Amino acid sequence: MSVLSTVAALTASRTGRAEPLTTVRHQHLDEKPFVLVPLTLAGEACAPLAALVGTDPERPTLLTVRQPRNRAERFRFAERLAALLLAYIDGCRTETEPYTVGRGREKEERLRFQRAPQLLVPNGEGIAYVRLLGRLTRLRATEGPYAVDSSVPTLGKWLTWFAELAEFPNSGVLLAMTRLLAAHWATGQSPSEDSHLASLLAWIDPPEGSDGARAAREAEDPAVWPPAGPSTDPVFDRTLHELMTRYDDASDDRGREAVGRQIDRELSGQMLPTWRLMWRGVELLRDLPEGAHVPDRWALDRRWFSEYAEYLDADGRPQARRDQAVRAARRLARLEDAVTRYEAERAYDDPLVMAEYELTGEAFTGTVTARDEDRFVPGDRPGSQVWRPTITLRTSTDTRVGLAVGTEVKSPARPGQAARILEVRQEDDGGHTVVLQLKGGFANKRKPPAPAGTLAETGEELTYTTLNPTAMPSALPDEENTPWTHGGPPQPYEPTDEDAEETWE
Amino acid sequence: MPSQQSEPPDDRLARLRGPQPPQPYTARKITALTANPACARRAVLDAAGVDKALLAQQVGYEPRFGQSPFALAREQAFHGLVKWGGYAELIRLLREQLSVPVAEAHVTDLNEVGGNTALHVRERETRRLIAHVASGQDVRLILDRPVLTLEVAGQTAYLEPDAITHRIEGKFHVVLIRSFAAIDGQANPTAVAEAAKQAAVYVLALRRAFDTAGLPTEQISHEFLLVCPKDFSNRPYGRLIDLRQELDALQFQLTRLRRAEDLAAQLPETATLDTTRSTDELSASIEALDASYTPSCLSFCEMARYCRDEADGCASPARLGNGVRNDLPGIDSTRTALDYLDGVAAPGEAETEAADLLRAAARLRRLRRGAA
Repeated sequence: MSVLSTVAALTASRTGRAEPLTTVRHQHLDEKPFVLVPLTLAGEACAPLAALVGTDPERPTLLTVRQPRNRAERFRFAERLAALLLAYIDGCRTETEPYTVGRGREKEERLRFQRAPQLLVPNGEGIAYVRLLGRLTRLRATEGPYAVDSSVPTLGKWLTWFAELAEFPNSGVLLAMTRLLAAHWATGQSPSEDSHLASLLAWIDPPEGSDGARAAREAEDPAVWPPAGPSTDPVFDRTLHELMTRYDDASDDRGREAVGRQIDRELSGQMLPTWRLMWRGVELLRDLPEGAHVPDRWALDRRWFSEYAEYLDADGRPQARRDQAVRAARRLARLEDAVTRYEAERAYDDPLVMAEYELTGEAFTGTVTARDEDRFVPGDRPGSQVWRPTITLRTSTDTRVGLAVGTEVKSPARPGQAARILEVRQEDDGGHTVVLQLKGGFANKRKPPAPAGTLAETGEELTYTTLNPTAMPSALPDEENTPWTHGGPPQPYEPTDEDAEETWE
Repeated sequence: MPSQQSEPPDDRLARLRGPQPPQPYTARKITALTANPACARRAVLDAAGVDKALLAQQVGYEPRFGQSPFALAREQAFHGLVKWGGYAELIRLLREQLSVPVAEAHVTDLNEVGGNTALHVRERETRRLIAHVASGQDVRLILDRPVLTLEVAGQTAYLEPDAITHRIEGKFHVVLIRSFAAIDGQANPTAVAEAAKQAAVYVLALRRAFDTAGLPTEQISHEFLLVCPKDFSNRPYGRLIDLRQELDALQFQLTRLRRAEDLAAQLPETATLDTTRSTDELSASIEALDASYTPSCLSFCEMARYCRDEADGCASPARLGNGVRNDLPGIDSTRTALDYLDGVAAPGEAETEAADLLRAAARLRRLRRGAA
């Protein structure tokens, strides 16, 4: 929460309409996302009750469990979900494209799929549901006394893969609609109220003739807008409880089937409003132009997808119940790296996000007033001269420059060009004059004149920041080379009989 | 008026409540109170034993708290399972968790005493049994649903922990049975934190019971045993959880709670919280009690939506969450903040810094939104 978003929230609370927090969309939105609206049985750790799933807004598939306490019915639910999701995943594994990894001698060409699956759930609890359902199904055995259909553990492994990537801000394979929307719009209500999909969307996209504030309150009524799941509305549970009792007590198959259909209808009625909201959210997000780094991040997702698909084909052992220490450390390092990089990329792609850093003094914007194209300075070798042109920026009267002389900065306008602050001077009118020494980014030229467009023109407005999306991540040794002091290379997890027999009641 | 001052404070709270039977203080209410100790409204409503759900309904806010029959059934089934066969599962968990050879123990059911379920009778019996168990080294007795008391904001709260163990390795332990699952040894952190806060209330009450009986309170463990279902099964799983932090926090918050009687005494003589009275009378009395609304109230307080509308009415910054509130130090209304942004009002000296930052942010927002 920055002061900029506070200002946005204040404005929204006055106008009754959500305020944009960004000028672009910072997340990939697939042409064909797989939307999952789940419901679970109250009081249970993870007892699927129903789900609306699919890639077609007009035709969701309804999955229900008419007797959630029945183990066989639960696994049947998992099988039906697997049939849909695995087919969708397979559909992404068609065309490939080459890409290179590593540099110099370690350079290697690999293939990645041109598509990757994207799973959308309504809220953060939906992500937790994906993780739990993954945990429940991935360790099952496909033979022996507690055998399940082979699609069940595969579903579990994929769901776990989705849930693990969901922790990375730069990944878009599993996204929660409320988080996605709240990252792009500020409402005039609190963040905890924003986790309610219907009221969040009411702020962003109020119905005609109403304002967001009022519509959001109306959207809180569970009788009109059922909860977006996975938890159900306790009042609805009373109806459901009655129906389930009747289902169990039915004297014949026909009677049972009739009650069963009624259960399906009721459950569908609880999920359909959320289903529509999900697609409304997709539409609203699609209207935003995509940020410049978004395709790069999606390419990374496609690479991860390709690698995991390959792993499943080759080895296929499931993720462990808990991460081993080495894996956990590696994961944490990757996560930290991903967060920093994502924050920097967002700021580079979006002046409104960069404004947050301008406010804290980590970035500044000014107009080029002078440039010294022919400047040379002594190089590292004695007697040598290297080409280091300078530009002088003038900031407006009330701009803070919180950066000291010597700081390395970059501009989103020319991300390949390093700059160093040589001088910061406060002027009489309160503005600042900043002199920057430039290095590189001149299309491999080592002496003047600078190729067109590589050196800022006088009068150009530029933003410079300490953020750097291309900073190299911290390096850890390869997993196979984990030293013995750290337990040696970690062993993959082997599911045990206990895993296969694990009760699900 | 001298006649009121001589009146016992209890009566004032009782008169506010009216003829309805008082709602008991529970551990949950105490933790809710300490979660928002500045809320005078909740302090008085709880101390007076007012049915807050009913009150909210009377002033036009249909309460949205309710328990699903499925959740209720699951909870009961799990409790039954842990207590089945003379607490066999609990004794097994104690053996595993405290690594002591507890082969067997007696259980006293304190849900009733000789057919009497009155709280004060159960509380007396609990005290008697605690004195008995604490005085003899070898007494092995688990108290099932004992009753303890605790002074909260000048009122006596009757508390019912699920169980208290006998002395194991020299310590008595409070036991809480909850039906949220611990998956691969990890349960929902919010649920565990809530359970720990409640357990702290019980431990504090237990210390008080020991104090009153003249027994050393060092015998009470600062850890409690949390029993919950393992993974996706119904099998009980237990873990000892340290409570020192929660105990310190709770003790601090309890000293900060303003005595409910003092708060009630400031109400006008005509004030009433009797749920049979008219909406207008009730609203006027509720308004006379200061609330301290934050969005987190919505998750636990029956009155929250009433208070939220009130906070909206006076444009309280806290209603937009902590982030906004922290960015508006010293500015008591979002309308004022917007006036500073529009330049139609000048901030006071203490507000200048915050207002300047807001204005700079608003300027940047205008500039950069146009840039795209």
